[in-house]
Amino acid sequence: MSLYDNVKSLPALLLELGEANPDLFVVSQDMGSVGPFVERFPQRAVDVGITEQNLIGVAAGIALRGKLAFVYGMAPFVTMRGFEQIRTDLAYNSRNVKILAVFCGLAAGAWGATHHAIEDIALMRAIPGMTVIVPGDGHEAEQAIRAAAALPGPVYVRLGAFLPVHDEDYEFRTGRAVTLRAGSDAAIIATGTMVHPALQAHDRLKARGIEARLIDMHTIKPLDLAAVESAADETGRIVTVEEHSIIGGLGAAVAEVIAEKGAGRLARVGIRDTFCTEVASYPELCAIHGLTPDDIEAAVVSLLDGTR
Amino acid sequence: MPEAATIQDLEKRAATIRRHVIAVAAEHMCHAGGALSAVDVMAALYFGVMNVDPKDPARPDRDYFILSKGHGSLALFATLSERGFFPVSMLASFEQAGSILAGHPTLKVPGVELATGSLGHGLPVATGVALACKVSGDANRVFVMMGDGELQEGSVWEAALAAPRFALDNLTAIIDRNGFQAFGEVERIMPLEPLADKWHSFGWRVIEIDGNDMAQVVEALGQPPQSERPTLVLARTVKGKGVPCLEGSPRAHFTRLTPEEAAEALQGLTS
Repeated sequence: MSLYDNVKSLPALLLELGEANPDLFVVSQDMGSVGPFVERFPQRAVDVGITEQNLIGVAAGIALRGKLAFVYGMAPFVTMRGFEQIRTDLAYNSRNVKILAVFCGLAAGAWGATHHAIEDIALMRAIPGMTVIVPGDGHEAEQAIRAAAALPGPVYVRLGAFLPVHDEDYEFRTGRAVTLRAGSDAAIIATGTMVHPALQAHDRLKARGIEARLIDMHTIKPLDLAAVESAADETGRIVTVEEHSIIGGLGAAVAEVIAEKGAGRLARVGIRDTFCTEVASYPELCAIHGLTPDDIEAAVVSLLDGTR
Repeated sequence: MPEAATIQDLEKRAATIRRHVIAVAAEHMCHAGGALSAVDVMAALYFGVMNVDPKDPARPDRDYFILSKGHGSLALFATLSERGFFPVSMLASFEQAGSILAGHPTLKVPGVELATGSLGHGLPVATGVALACKVSGDANRVFVMMGDGELQEGSVWEAALAAPRFALDNLTAIIDRNGFQAFGEVERIMPLEPLADKWHSFGWRVIEIDGNDMAQVVEALGQPPQSERPTLVLARTVKGKGVPCLEGSPRAHFTRLTPEEAAEALQGLTS
């Protein structure tokens, strides 16, 4: 599970989109790896260096001139150092800028907590007018980026080191959750990199006689309310799974829906309001912080046992 | 660009815009001082320098103005209305319930390019606009006005690095150097001098002027792009300019004028 798995296909995709749209700019921050787009369209490949506030502002200005700007940057720095620019220059000003964020969740592994992004979904989700997409695999990510290019206004796309989840004929639709497995004993609602381990947990539960519904909630905002409500109605027990803090992300979004609805019980699998300070590889960190198929399985079983 | 306006024409426009500002400041508390200091630059831009079309504010060949010091909105609104973007009569609704004229610029207001208010946002955005124009070979000029207190924001200096890097000679940044921030003198709270040297060392073409002297303002802003460098106009101004009781006073930042103070100021402008 290389840190760079997702990035490999991104340069080719940006090149393709840039060839199709002469108004597409890629604005990045000392990332280097947008590759062929830079060579083909050097004037539309804007590297602003290590200046995140300026990064977002420049992208907003390019969009103000009627162009389409893709921002390519590191999630922890773009979302946190550039937060107010994203909120004010992009969202409040309704600018056509798409943020492609890498180094999400714990992907930076042993580089440490400065480079982890475990609050980015919470931050982006709180901004009026933002669309927040967290694809579950490379196939979905590619379609999500194409969809983002066509959506009006700002979009945050959270990219990760993906393992394949979806079939070749899968079709992504913004805001429309995907039920990957049917089931009515419980519902696992997973997002991003956690869809794959959730799939493994589903299979283990099935082997134990537990039929869990599995939902890929790739769009955190706007959230697919119908998918959450029917999961609450039809299973009564929901486990959310995300490579993100349990505060403010998918788990919180689902909690808000079912609390207002007054139906269903919830367990959240995610990083439990802590910095991940252990020196460890990405997979090891995920294991330490309870983001494995075992943890998801245990959460479902525990919820069914009524011990939570 | 409008027909060549004379310096006297522009001075009259500036006086009219100041009268609009004073009328509002006589009604309620507002950021009058930093609006008044910036009036001459705005009058020069909208009536003498920039290519704008009040009937078609979004036309592609327009020049751009971004008011990064958003609390100077009253001066911008007065200028835009005087230029015909919306009725002058709307100015009386400034910051009143139901108005489109908030205390800071918003996109609801015809002619406003960027909703601002939080400081340090304008220069990066203006840099992006200028960059996009340059890449497309478009001749639009881009102007952005910052306050001097605003220069304490780090984001300003991020963009100050970027604009020369991209050789944005179509970009002109103006500093309304009125010397005061909300609670005192800029040089006492967090000094900026030597300010011209800082921008020069970042790679900008720096022009220092008296920003309340119309001839100097027009001379500085009217210069065509040159030398592949962005231009920084360091406009030394007086906070509260045109209202004697506010000029150079810390009170000028956020204030309301008494009827006597307003009358005195209006008399000074017409004489």
